[in-house]
Amino acid sequence: MIRIRELSKYYGITKAVDNLSFTVERGEVLGFLGPNGAGKTTTMKILACYLPPSSGTAEIFGSDILNDSMAVRKRIGYLPEKNPLYTDMDVRSFLEFAARLKGVERESLNGSVGAVIERCGLGEVRRRKIGNLSKGFQQRVGIAQAIVNDPELLILDEPTIGLDPRQIIDIRTLIKELGRERTVILSSHILPEVSQVCDRIIIINNGRLVAVDSPDNLRNRLKKSSMTKVRIAGSADPADTERVILSVEGTRMIRIEEPGGDGSALITVESSSDSDIRSALAKRLVEEDIPLLEIYSEELSLEDIFIRLVTEEGNA
Amino acid sequence: MSITSAIYGRELRYFFQSVTAYVVIFMFLVVSGGFFYFIFRAYNLMSLQSLQSAFAPGGLNLIDGVMRPLLGNISIMILLFLPLLTMRLMAEEKKQGTFELLSTYPVSDIAIVSGKFLAALTVYAIMLGCTLLYPGMLFLYAEPEIVPIVTGYLGLLLMGTAFIAIGTFFSSLTSNQIIAGVATFSTFLFFLLIGWGVPFVGPKFAEVLAQVSILYHFESFSKGVIETSDVTYYIFLAAFFLFLTVRSLESTRWKS
Repeated sequence: MIRIRELSKYYGITKAVDNLSFTVERGEVLGFLGPNGAGKTTTMKILACYLPPSSGTAEIFGSDILNDSMAVRKRIGYLPEKNPLYTDMDVRSFLEFAARLKGVERESLNGSVGAVIERCGLGEVRRRKIGNLSKGFQQRVGIAQAIVNDPELLILDEPTIGLDPRQIIDIRTLIKELGRERTVILSSHILPEVSQVCDRIIIINNGRLVAVDSPDNLRNRLKKSSMTKVRIAGSADPADTERVILSVEGTRMIRIEEPGGDGSALITVESSSDSDIRSALAKRLVEEDIPLLEIYSEELSLEDIFIRLVTEEGNA
Repeated sequence: MSITSAIYGRELRYFFQSVTAYVVIFMFLVVSGGFFYFIFRAYNLMSLQSLQSAFAPGGLNLIDGVMRPLLGNISIMILLFLPLLTMRLMAEEKKQGTFELLSTYPVSDIAIVSGKFLAALTVYAIMLGCTLLYPGMLFLYAEPEIVPIVTGYLGLLLMGTAFIAIGTFFSSLTSNQIIAGVATFSTFLFFLLIGWGVPFVGPKFAEVLAQVSILYHFESFSKGVIETSDVTYYIFLAAFFLFLTVRSLESTRWKS
């Protein structure tokens, strides 16, 4: 189990991580989510034993990251955000080098490196210089070096950053596979990524913990309101439409988006979560002679939850 | 030990794959070869003069006439060439970000520093070994004393060991190779120039300056004498700067 207690990190007078506490169970895939500059990378670096915390403690499988750093480092695999690699080396030589440094026995070195090359799909490029590989393959090499010692905990800092959509799908599939047999902590600012891959999400902002839960629970817990989308023809008067919509019971606020190519306007209506306002709204709009083209309800997306949490936290 | 040898092997491969070592060794041999040629020509001239004139200086021998001046010049040359070998050792790891990777592997700072230091020392030893060609040529035509040559090379090796440790330290302080190189070169010069101040200060202070000067400790080696104090000086200097390098790596993390 990984236990983080009141972890803080200062860079000069700037507080990058502020009193962070959470736990990660063995075998869990944890998503670390937050906007850029939220403190994700700093937390990852602390857990990977690269940076010491300013205060607080972190225990990984019973070993303290400061007092027993070597024991922790033997049991983790880490992919830094910028994926630094020895670009002058070929893939196989680099992985052999990483395996030796990570204490893989000489007898099992060939087997471990071969297995990791196969697992990460690096067979065709194993003799090529890392510097000449595409970003996607370099990312795979970064993940391969992280898992070459078969670590119990894998720390991946923004593993899909800078990749094209195809490469993103490949890396996510690989991470999902890896997550079946070990604990994974994954940081990202891309919500679909964590919702697809992770069992649990931690959202941080300005170094502070904002929420911890599974993607579904987060969605349910924060579903304080529901969204209804209404499309009306361009002939309707916007001020009149707004007045009519807000007169329906349960509506809170509306947002009118730019007219589409056909001149119609899409309006987002927010209402309290326990009421479905669609029929009342449709009835009212028709009564008032407003040309209604379309009406449907929309689930609160993770993006909405994320922005809401971060905004609420920022305003607090 | 296995970890140190893995880092040592990678560094050594880098030196030779990136042609850095070939270029440095080639240029070193060109310049030292030039020195050998001119020193040997001057010695030849003096030998001829001593045969022709009764007033010409006597007691000429290959050690004092060729090898001591040659090794003296090589000791100055390494001031210029060794920073080229050491400046990238740590600085490049920091610039590329691979230092972060190394720091999260179960590898001690001592293993990182010693692996890199030994690789640079090996390249230097190869570089120095190539210059054995010059005394080898002397042995083809004469019978120079072997002991001063052996001790002279030992002195150069020890001096280089201290210089490489200093270079490794400065490389660990920055991610900019140029800054590391310039700082290393300046420190080498400091250790060299400090000996030049000896005639201009009082006797007690002169002794202190002489003891700190890196060339002062080379004198005995070039004469065929191995003084414990000279060996201790170079080893202490190397150990001290390697210790500082390890501390510097530790502080890199704390400062980050």
